[in-house]
Amino acid sequence: MNVLRKIGLALFAPVLAVVVAVVISSAVMAALQVDPFEVFAVMVDFGDTPSQQVTALVVILNRAVPLFLAGLAVAIAFRMGLFNIGVEGQYRLATILAAGVGAAVALPGPLHVLLIVVVAMAVAAIWAGIVAVLKVTRGVSEVISSIMLNVIALGIASFLLTGPLRGSPEGASIIATAEIPESGWMPSLNGVFGLLGLATPPRQLYGFLLVAVVVGAVIAVLLNRTRFGFDLRAAGLSPSAASASGVDSRGMVVKTMLLSGAVAGLIGMPDLLGSTHAYTTDFTSGLGFLGIAVALLGRNKPVGIALGALLFAFLDRSLVPLQIQDFPASVVTIIQGTIVLAVVVANEIARRVARRSAERGSAAPAVVAGDGSTGPGQAASGAASDGGAADGGVGTGAGVSRSAGAGQRSDERQESGL
Amino acid sequence: MKVAALLLAGSMALAACASDETGGGSSGSGGGEGGGSEEPRIGLAFDTGGRGDRSFNDAAVAGLEAAVEEHGGEFQDLSPNADGSNRADLLTQLADEGYNPIIAVGFAYGEVIGDVVEQYPDTTFAIIDSSAAEVGADNLTGLLFSEEEGSFLAGVAAALKSETGHVGFVGGVETPLIQKFEAGYVAGAQAVNPQIIIDRQYISPAGDFSGFNAPDRGLLVAQGMYEGGADIVYHAAGGSGLGVFQAAAAAGARAIGVDSDQYQTVDDPALQAVILTSMLKRVDTAVSSFIDSFVDGSVQGGEDIVYNLEQDGVGLSTSGGFIDDIQDQIEEYRTQIVDGEITVPSTP
Repeated sequence: MNVLRKIGLALFAPVLAVVVAVVISSAVMAALQVDPFEVFAVMVDFGDTPSQQVTALVVILNRAVPLFLAGLAVAIAFRMGLFNIGVEGQYRLATILAAGVGAAVALPGPLHVLLIVVVAMAVAAIWAGIVAVLKVTRGVSEVISSIMLNVIALGIASFLLTGPLRGSPEGASIIATAEIPESGWMPSLNGVFGLLGLATPPRQLYGFLLVAVVVGAVIAVLLNRTRFGFDLRAAGLSPSAASASGVDSRGMVVKTMLLSGAVAGLIGMPDLLGSTHAYTTDFTSGLGFLGIAVALLGRNKPVGIALGALLFAFLDRSLVPLQIQDFPASVVTIIQGTIVLAVVVANEIARRVARRSAERGSAAPAVVAGDGSTGPGQAASGAASDGGAADGGVGTGAGVSRSAGAGQRSDERQESGL
Repeated sequence: MKVAALLLAGSMALAACASDETGGGSSGSGGGEGGGSEEPRIGLAFDTGGRGDRSFNDAAVAGLEAAVEEHGGEFQDLSPNADGSNRADLLTQLADEGYNPIIAVGFAYGEVIGDVVEQYPDTTFAIIDSSAAEVGADNLTGLLFSEEEGSFLAGVAAALKSETGHVGFVGGVETPLIQKFEAGYVAGAQAVNPQIIIDRQYISPAGDFSGFNAPDRGLLVAQGMYEGGADIVYHAAGGSGLGVFQAAAAAGARAIGVDSDQYQTVDDPALQAVILTSMLKRVDTAVSSFIDSFVDGSVQGGEDIVYNLEQDGVGLSTSGGFIDDIQDQIEEYRTQIVDGEITVPSTP
């Protein structure tokens, strides 16, 4: 398989998904007697003045940064075949505790920011670690425990906000933690616009954008270029094969969840360090769930996730201009929803295309046969095998597969495991 | 198992994507095209789950429509995305499009409006349920209500009408604003009957705004209260109130509405029958009189206008005639509050 083909295959699924989503939403719009072309024109119109255009860009980037981090956190666990649905609770709890610590101490600038970020990562990692410990010691499905821990995390966050960490005066309509002193704020990147000769927007571009880019690059290298990343992906593709070759699958579950949680802890940081400087009752919520959609869209690869996050952010921004132009904003909701569904379908199609092309080539038919009816689902390179069906019981439930066939196989395995 | 997990996650992701249906940005054009340039172009920014709640937000629209009827002009309303992260964008977009005045509906705008009013000094802003005094900008007016006073009367009505000596309160989200409703209601009910049992429950904790827009959970909470012996439940839960009414209808008990005259807005005869009264919060009056003064050029700015019992900014509705027989007693309490003989607490 040459490089061009590989890129083509990698792009095939997401592009197909977006095209299908656009076609379906156009059909829905047409059925509602809304001209889809006008709607799309409004969506790509960033305003008349340079200042408005740059502002639109800033709005999109600011929204994309937390979405990217959320997608990344979900994807790390996905690559290992773990379903971290607890990202929502992990980042909310991390953000409020980081806000509390940040407001309580006074340190010189960069150190203060660093402390807040480290606290957030640690809290979220510990919270995700609970899921991992439950899984490896008691065999609790990470799906169930992470959903339950979401509820607990939100409850704790709410208790902390209204109780010990309350910083807003009695009777204020929005409850907030005490404000982080200025040394704990992250400077904006608005200077960049001046350097590029663009208009400086009134909105601040989050400085955390740079951190997100670095984190994305580090995760990409870690997953693809290190022993740890290899073990992680191997355990995700085939737990039995991985443990046969000496990978400690229990240890990998714990490490992966800790890493996923640590990244989840960063989700709230762009808003906290860049604009709100406190955790409030109306701090952005739901990013953990959106992250699942973004990770699916990006096929669990950092670059793909970045593009997915930008797409979602772009769709989100268009909500306002669409309403101004008297178009139903639900169009955007329809597009977002159909994209998520289309991605699931498109990934499956891409996997089959990849397998067929692998079958045509002389590449190890035995591996392909072993793949059988199982779908590697999250598998990055489509031709790889899930192998979960052959697994006796070591990594029960580690393989997350999308095709119905694989699901049945997993069920059988679980029953026999019990 | 895995398929179920995937479906679950997928549906959660979808739920997270799904912003509430906003009804689009329907703009009402009252004065017709080609009107004079003095006609106001009014911008209205709702909070999440805004328009269509048949309660608080719709009251703002009613006030706006009345104002447009009177002064001509047009209005544009916007709703934020599901997580409310683009509230500031709504205000700046309206200002960029030349809408003036701009009214932010809901205290959640209190956090972002400070920066926006600074950025657009030539545009007049108003915010409902949040204080402008603390922002201190000349082009911002706060429209506040004494919800606790109106809720006191709701508590009086509930206690007088309750046969079991057991009533309930369902709050949408445990925020200071909704706690004002609770505090007033409890004080009112206890003023009539010091022994009364009052169940109080919030649908979601502070920080989770889903409680204002979850009729299913409103139903569950209210159902529990009715089963526990309460026969009248007062809700301050926005769109979730519909579930409270449904629970009341199922239990053959009664409920008290909030913000709008919900007997008129609920649009279902079966539910109308259970609505004893509604605690009116005259957001419509506040909005239309703010626009009146904008047209007159008499907006002061930088201050709060408080609507209380004395000016009928809050009160009880009488639609349905269920509280006609206790009107005298309610009036008595009302007079005592207005005269300052009773001081209603604003925190529970």
